[in-house]
Amino acid sequence: MSNKPKIAFYWCASCGGCEESVVDLAEGILDVVKAVDIVFWPVALDFKKKDVEAMPDGSITASLINGAVRTSEQEEMAHLLRQKSQVVIAYGSCAHTGGIPSLTNQFAKEDILKYVYEDSPTTVNPNKTRPMTEYSDNNQTVTIPEFRNVVRTLDQVVDVDYYIPGCAPTPGLLKTAVDALLSSQLPPKGTVIAPDTALCQECPRLDSKPQDLAIQEFVRPHQIKIDPALCLLAQGLACMGPATRGGCEARCINGNMPCTGCFGPTSRVIDHGAKIASALASSVEAKEEDKIEKSLEGIPDPVGTFYRYGLAKSLLRMNNQIPRDNNQIITKEQ
Amino acid sequence: MSENWEPKIIAFFCNWCTYTAADLAGVSRMQYAHNVRIIRVMCSGRMDPQFVLDAFAKGADGVLLGGCHPGDCHYIEGNYKALRRSALLKTMLQDMGIEDARYRLEWISASEGDKVQHVINDMAAKVKNLGPLGLPKKFADWDKEMDDLEKKIENKGEPAHVK
Ligand code: SF4
Ligand code: FES
Repeated sequence: MSNKPKIAFYWCASCGGCEESVVDLAEGILDVVKAVDIVFWPVALDFKKKDVEAMPDGSITASLINGAVRTSEQEEMAHLLRQKSQVVIAYGSCAHTGGIPSLTNQFAKEDILKYVYEDSPTTVNPNKTRPMTEYSDNNQTVTIPEFRNVVRTLDQVVDVDYYIPGCAPTPGLLKTAVDALLSSQLPPKGTVIAPDTALCQECPRLDSKPQDLAIQEFVRPHQIKIDPALCLLAQGLACMGPATRGGCEARCINGNMPCTGCFGPTSRVIDHGAKIASALASSVEAKEEDKIEKSLEGIPDPVGTFYRYGLAKSLLRMNNQIPRDNNQIITKEQ
Repeated sequence: MSENWEPKIIAFFCNWCTYTAADLAGVSRMQYAHNVRIIRVMCSGRMDPQFVLDAFAKGADGVLLGGCHPGDCHYIEGNYKALRRSALLKTMLQDMGIEDARYRLEWISASEGDKVQHVINDMAAKVKNLGPLGLPKKFADWDKEMDDLEKKIENKGEPAHVK
């Protein structure tokens, strides 16, 4: 075996976009492959879990894990890779802040399973059969992973050294991270590998952002013809640029769409959703309660909007009325 | 829920009006429910929605924000910002399963010591009625589901993922 640094990639609850972003390095990936040994990458290479188990502890230089953690299998793999790696990197929004999958933290596990196996319009399941996590027949027991009550970020399950944000991260950020690993010029533990300033600072439309926004009413992108030169917030779109970390090259803004917050907050912000809610609400012009409410009608689902990529990381973490007494549903105490 | 349980309410009062009013209530010996812990902020506009969520996450059962009446804010616009933020925050709290009565915004001027008394008593009673929110304990309970897996694997004699 060569003594090149060893890299592992793994995916948990994710869409595959993060894997795609690795491939998006294009020719750049050849430089990476030249410089490192990829020892585990289920989506592209045929290594098995037992191969990882056979590696000595700490022998992988860095594991880049994408996706949120929903099942016991994902938990187990996260622990295994942690044990075998010197550095664990949470790659992409889902591993970093929970991502889209963590929006399900608004619903109880039972409600999700009931919808998927019984109520959804495309389901035909008259006996209401559901998969069991354990089944025995002929003295043989087979198991499938446990479906957890909530979606967690990677660092809510194992110790994480660095974060590469984004849905998906830009190839540029991945390159920065790999270069840092190769040169052993590692930033302090816990660093998010992206600038620690708000997106507005690097936004090409910053000059057109008025000092006093005085928003009359919020609108959704399909409701207006979006001016491609003007600050999106000034047009009443709920652009999350003011409270979201930059480093994405303002790709959504350049596509004439408002920022939806995938890079998560800057380091000074604890709760991304609350911060953006604060910034947007205080920019409303109205001064009377009913007029304020009218202006805010264009944000019909504030939790889904402001925590689109980060509900697992919110201070309240989830809908607190969801009973979580393991598998059974209990009614909330009155 | 035990009969003797008393709610904890965190109150953010603006320096120029509501905090002064609470002082007035004090020197006038008006009694109010002991459930509030008052934190002085310079203006209700200083109240970041993160403070409210943080208070709940750390164990508060209710959060009260008090500021100057509209038009009276020492910093002119601060309480309008508080009003706008509260409007959005209320919807968010509802959607995240925090009952309405647990968060409240009130305008109380420096001379309204009696309003401090009334609002605190009323809120304490309503929150007491709702019962504890108890988020720190819920968070701990929710995370126990991960311990179970480890035990299960160990009991089965399969290789545990953490050695
Ligand atoms: S609010 Fe959005 S569009 Fe406006 S400057 Fe900030 S990032 Fe750019
Ligand atoms: S100073 Fe009292 S609300 Fe602004």
